[in-house]
Amino acid sequence: MSASIEELPTRQLPARPARVLRPSVREALWGYVYIGPWLVGLVVFTAGPMLVSLLMSFTDFNLVHPETTTFVGLDNYVRMWNDPTIWASLIATFKFALIAIPVTMLASLAFAMLLTHPRLPAKGPLRALVYMPIMIPLVASTLVWIGSPNTETGWLNQILGAVGLPQPDWINSETWIYPALSIIGLWAIGNFMLINIAGLQAVPTELYEAARMDGAGAWTSFRRITIPLMSPVLFYNLVIVLIGTFQYFTQAYTMTNGRGDPNNATLFINLVLFREGFVFNHMGYAAAIAWLLFVIVLALTLVLFRVARSRVYYAGGDR
Amino acid sequence: MTASAPARDASEAKQLSFSDRSPVAKSYRRFLGRSMLLMFTLVIIGAYLLPLLYMVTTAFQQPGQSTTPGAPVWPAVPQTAEFEGNPYPVYTVPMPDGASRQLILIEPGRESSVFVDPTDPTATPIEWQGRWRTLTQAWTFAPLVDNFTTAWNQLNFPRLLRNTFGIALLSTIGAVLSSILVAYGFARFRFPGRNALFVILIATIILPFQVTLLPQYVMFTWLGWNGTWLPLIIPHCFANAYNVFLLRQYFMSIPRELDEAAMIDGAGPFRVLRSIIVPQSVAAIVAVSLFHFFFAWNDFFVPLLYLASKPELQPVSIAIQQYNALYATQPTLIQAAALMTMAVPIAVFLLAQRAFMRGVVVTGVEK
Repeated sequence: MSASIEELPTRQLPARPARVLRPSVREALWGYVYIGPWLVGLVVFTAGPMLVSLLMSFTDFNLVHPETTTFVGLDNYVRMWNDPTIWASLIATFKFALIAIPVTMLASLAFAMLLTHPRLPAKGPLRALVYMPIMIPLVASTLVWIGSPNTETGWLNQILGAVGLPQPDWINSETWIYPALSIIGLWAIGNFMLINIAGLQAVPTELYEAARMDGAGAWTSFRRITIPLMSPVLFYNLVIVLIGTFQYFTQAYTMTNGRGDPNNATLFINLVLFREGFVFNHMGYAAAIAWLLFVIVLALTLVLFRVARSRVYYAGGDR
Repeated sequence: MTASAPARDASEAKQLSFSDRSPVAKSYRRFLGRSMLLMFTLVIIGAYLLPLLYMVTTAFQQPGQSTTPGAPVWPAVPQTAEFEGNPYPVYTVPMPDGASRQLILIEPGRESSVFVDPTDPTATPIEWQGRWRTLTQAWTFAPLVDNFTTAWNQLNFPRLLRNTFGIALLSTIGAVLSSILVAYGFARFRFPGRNALFVILIATIILPFQVTLLPQYVMFTWLGWNGTWLPLIIPHCFANAYNVFLLRQYFMSIPRELDEAAMIDGAGPFRVLRSIIVPQSVAAIVAVSLFHFFFAWNDFFVPLLYLASKPELQPVSIAIQQYNALYATQPTLIQAAALMTMAVPIAVFLLAQRAFMRGVVVTGVEK
């Protein structure tokens, strides 16, 4: 999708004689009328609040006594720097991202490739089955996992034990909690899979045939055709997954009822923000955390775009 | 399995005295390949959906079954049988002849016990040598529907469903109508700054919601909307980037000649939208509506912020999280509640599955 953003036609309004200007002015006015709802929303619910939250981050604002608010300069940011909880939550978030992002990307691509296989019958219903768990509320899909945390009688460990694999203490171990949360996340890959399917269907089959004629094996055509042609789609998914990871909340909150167990391993940055802002009522501090999160996500996205410039192939050519 | 397939297939073909290239052998081979691929896919999807099975079996179990040693995975109770008017437990007993039989334990003893054959209670009781405690108890299939009724009543499910439906429906209507208008504006009108505005729209996708969260919360609290549905609905009525992007892509694929023909007949811009664009885009609109409906149905963070202290207005996602916090020791109730929670979105999805998947793929990346 990012491909299409880059490929937007940059239409210059041609210089026209004065007398035909009137319909074009009218067209422009209608355009503003129709995008009006979004423009209003942008100001009231996005741009305005963004600015306010930036200002808020330099104050000690709280909702109970808004009248006592004072300007505290960079105090919140200094406090953040010295707050071990913030550092722990950043480390937890990054650790989780390092596992969850590859798992999501690979699983959604693997399912998409399997479910676009030319010789696979009944593709529609099969795709629907894989997509379906996205409808399962995150709270419910997390409950499947905590329903039975016991290492011996838990359903996953019984299966693992039956085939002779180790049986980790998934949700009470600081190490295994991240793979556990990543596996829970597999039930939410439906949208990424659908986007991958649409991308795979757009790869011209002649390319694969030509590669086969040239003696290329499955791996070579995957490396040389699928990956390059899918790169805009994969890039789009990667950006969305990355942002989602930094907003991770529901599953962690459900698992530990917001406590961040075990030993703060699931106290992700968004949980800290929720606690500071809405439990402890340190709204100024929470606003500073929100801006930290925004800056991190923005920086990572910009790095991705930077890397993408050389790695992502756009069929429409460079622009 | 894959490796043996061509060989078996070839020998079969030889046996039937077809050459390898005969059309019958070829179509047979293709059939075999297809069914093997299908089997493989089904196994993978089966593993993927396995936790669902766990939910279902747990939801029908007796409380405590999952932690009882020797209990089966499926919902069951220890089997009992009547002997002389009293219930006794049933065990699987290995007999001296190597077979094992299901017998009623009537007289447990340390080193030997007395059993009765349930099919023939009048026969002489069997004296079995061995420790009865080492025997496995027989279980009978006994699904317990009470879990569902208990969870239904404790959670006040009718109210939860009403709330969730209300919130999801209203916010979907607001989001879809506003997105249609905005997408139409971007797809069909030229105005100064259009491309810049569209880039800003798309850029809002990468904006973490936290950065606008606190001022919005303060604003809604000062407006007196905290503890109402309004913060869950109103912000969605101003279009969002995903919906606008998908709908705009779709609208742009509708030939402009249709608009122009309608305009020549005197239709204004809104008329064109209503009678040309919308009817042509039903698949995309259905897809976007369902996307938003599922999102709203499952949304957790925003309802948690505004409705945590208002049980009478809460949607189901908040309620079952709190239920879990309260009844964590009763997985049977929790899983029954979780199953009921997902029933509605899954039913909607299965009903609209065809239109939805088509709409998603056409609104997908390529167009």
